[in-house]
Amino acid sequence: MSKSDGVIAARAGQIYTKGNGEFALACEKASTAGAVSQRACVFCGSRVVLYPVTDAVHVVHGPVGCAAFTWDIRGAMSSGLELHRNSFSTDLRENEIIHGGEPRLEEALRHLIAKFNPKAAFVYATCIVGVIGDDVGAIAKKVTRDTGVPVIPVHSEGFRGTKKDGYRAACEALETLIGTGDTSDISPLSINILGEFNLAGEAWMIQDYYRRMGIEVVSVMTGDGRVDDIRRSHGAALNVVQCSGSMTSLAKDMERDYGIPFLRVSYFGIEDVSQALYDVADFFANEDVKRGAEKVVREELLELMPRMAPYREKLQGKSAAIYVGGAFKAFSLIKALRTIGMRVALVGSQTGNSEDYKLLEQMCDPGTVIVDDSNPVELSRFIIEKDVDLFIGGVKERPMAYKLGVAFCDHNHERKIALAGFEGMKNFAEEVYRSVCSPVWQFAPRRAGRGIPASGLHIQAEA
Amino acid sequence: MLLRHTSTDVAERNALTVNPAKTCQPIGAMYAALGIHGCLPHSHGSQGCCSYHRSTLTRHYKEPVMAATSSFTEGASVFGGQANLLKAIETIFSVYKPEVIAVHSTCLSETIGDDLNQIVQKARDDGKVPEGKKVIFASTPSYVGSHVTGYANMVQGIIRGLVERHAEPTGKLNIIPGWCEPADMAEIKRIALAMGADVTMFPDTSNVMNAPMTGKHEFYPRGGATLEELSRAGDAAYTIGLGKFTAGPGAEMMDKNFSTPHSLQDLPYGLAATDRYIMALKRVTGGDVPEELNTERGRLLDMMTDMHQYLHGKRVAIFGDPDLLVPLTEFLRDLDMRPVQVISGTPGKAFAKRMKELFEGRNAQVNIKNGQGADMFLLHQWMKNEPVDLLIGNSYGKYIARDEDTSFLRMGFPILDRVGHSYFPYVGYTGAMRLLEKMLGLFMDRQDRDAPEERFELAM
Repeated sequence: MSKSDGVIAARAGQIYTKGNGEFALACEKASTAGAVSQRACVFCGSRVVLYPVTDAVHVVHGPVGCAAFTWDIRGAMSSGLELHRNSFSTDLRENEIIHGGEPRLEEALRHLIAKFNPKAAFVYATCIVGVIGDDVGAIAKKVTRDTGVPVIPVHSEGFRGTKKDGYRAACEALETLIGTGDTSDISPLSINILGEFNLAGEAWMIQDYYRRMGIEVVSVMTGDGRVDDIRRSHGAALNVVQCSGSMTSLAKDMERDYGIPFLRVSYFGIEDVSQALYDVADFFANEDVKRGAEKVVREELLELMPRMAPYREKLQGKSAAIYVGGAFKAFSLIKALRTIGMRVALVGSQTGNSEDYKLLEQMCDPGTVIVDDSNPVELSRFIIEKDVDLFIGGVKERPMAYKLGVAFCDHNHERKIALAGFEGMKNFAEEVYRSVCSPVWQFAPRRAGRGIPASGLHIQAEA
Repeated sequence: MLLRHTSTDVAERNALTVNPAKTCQPIGAMYAALGIHGCLPHSHGSQGCCSYHRSTLTRHYKEPVMAATSSFTEGASVFGGQANLLKAIETIFSVYKPEVIAVHSTCLSETIGDDLNQIVQKARDDGKVPEGKKVIFASTPSYVGSHVTGYANMVQGIIRGLVERHAEPTGKLNIIPGWCEPADMAEIKRIALAMGADVTMFPDTSNVMNAPMTGKHEFYPRGGATLEELSRAGDAAYTIGLGKFTAGPGAEMMDKNFSTPHSLQDLPYGLAATDRYIMALKRVTGGDVPEELNTERGRLLDMMTDMHQYLHGKRVAIFGDPDLLVPLTEFLRDLDMRPVQVISGTPGKAFAKRMKELFEGRNAQVNIKNGQGADMFLLHQWMKNEPVDLLIGNSYGKYIARDEDTSFLRMGFPILDRVGHSYFPYVGYTGAMRLLEKMLGLFMDRQDRDAPEERFELAM
């Protein structure tokens, strides 16, 4: 494959190799038309953020596809109702495209509210709704007035930007609920957890750490989310924001509207999760909470560290490529990979901004390639060139990595095991080990003849 | 209980689809286009559409799925997507170097009035399509039909854009398979070859969506109908279409545009449908049915006779796409099973009519619904009211199967939680044996699970 293959000329500025001249990376650009981009749309952004609100109905206003493709799409777990795992659609047909879909939306909402008795209804506007000009806001108002159930429009027309704009639209939808609940019995030592979606029960683990520190968690937005919790979330003393891409705008707005300060944290990797707990303890400047944080970290590390050692031994010196949605996740991944002895040869994101990339550049070793809004041809070229042992990405990247004979770890919506928190670090190490050291790669044509990886030495999974 | 809110009272629902038994046109067009060798599907719309279709196909096939998008922005949705598509065609040919770009529209580009025919023509006029390369297109508005319609529309796009008629007849047989798995397509072709036919099959996703691991990321895997084959398809002696909904319009178009006579059969699921397919082949080739196929048929029949006691009267609910449901229902009927609930989100009166014909004179109580209101919620309500022994359909059936503790066989699209569908066929006699084996396995496992100790049997 020649050097120029797979690189779109207009994308040259979106690729940088550390050590090759001064750092500059173009980003936040619209994708080149015709690119096999791994990006999604505004609707996708809104849908993933709001999806874990379990006691609301999520009505996708548009033709059936957008609802069908996002039916139970993430493993966002619920401890109670599972309304969110259904797919509700107005299933617009040709008739509505010509005459408008408002009556249909109204009928759908009334039916849903009568039959399912939800705490709220989110209505997602899809591309087509933006074009045919349905007034979703007016219908929402009318149905809210008649039924008493808040109907919340989400302005998520697919073409109005990138997934990030969808996050923003989702935050605005949440803001219509915030401030409408009773906050009288909330402790002064209280937080909201923002940008945590309870994939594989991660929010439950995080909440548990904070509770052990003596902190009240008022709401999680949106993992295992409850409308009533969101309504009273303005009573919390602090917003703790993870996954900065999706919820920083909400945190900023809540600071403006309710004077709630916020902290940006990550729960991924030992350093970051410990820091997250210490930062919250520092904020409250309360000795009991501080001691609580120290105790949680100490207990968890005592439990975790001995279990990490065997994985580190096996993975030492292996290299990884990272391609994720938001750049913030990449920071934590680089640190977590170092914890298990691995180095990063390629790192990229779909939607990072220049600040994110500056930080990434500082974190990376010389020779590491940094990419923005990449595509499969580029990614497979770099995987081969850098001869990586592991690829960390999402659903569309997995089979590509496997075809190339490279191990894979899903760090996206579809992950099945909790990767957050202390426990998550062990899970991460185990998942990476399971794939990188699989004997299957000895049969992979590209790797054949390089000796058999450590197989047969299965690390004992704990009970 | 995942679906604990599903009630037994079936209410009229005109404006709301709950848990759809269909999806939208473009993904069907994308799948059909992948059955052309060296083809890059292109989604003319927002980025999300393309991303969703690629993700779903990837989950179903565990294969890299390549497709490009026009990446609509606010501007494109106001001023039209022509500039995006022209730019896209240029980018794709220079970077990804396909033989063919197969453009399909979306609800957005359709509604703002983009005319694919005109834009593609402009791309050709402006010299953006390199010599020997092709751009084909299909109009696939998401608010008409379903994914099934999208497949049929792209098949017609392939015919319009790639099939030609020259002077010299080739004497070949065209086969247009309806929407089925790559393994099914390969089996359909194997049977035709065994019958002595010289075959051009399109689309053909075998060796594309079930490609081997080679250590390389093949952007354009080995399989698929080639441009060369397709360009001569108009000179063929005959066209067989398999599946009224997905292959029918294409087969008719071959007849109309190139005067190649056609016959339309069901996709060959089950014994009777496979018989009809083979008879159709026999009419074209004039040859005898080879021993190989007779033996396969005999084995299937042997299995059916050996096991018929275990199948009698089993109540089955099925959902999915018309071209699967029709022959599948027929097979179940012929196995003395009772398909009692049938749901397809795909609209079309022809489906219900055909299904009713299958039960004519049989005094069978069957609930059949398709199109508007035919969704998984309704199917679940039916099953609550009248329980069944087996549910057959795509992976979305698993919620219902779990809640109702019903045996569940995965068949159709998409299958997101099991493997095998892309490697092992369900069509043909051996495919029917596989289907039978799976159903019997489910019934017998359940019998073993539920039997009191004194009735727990070794030999069954």
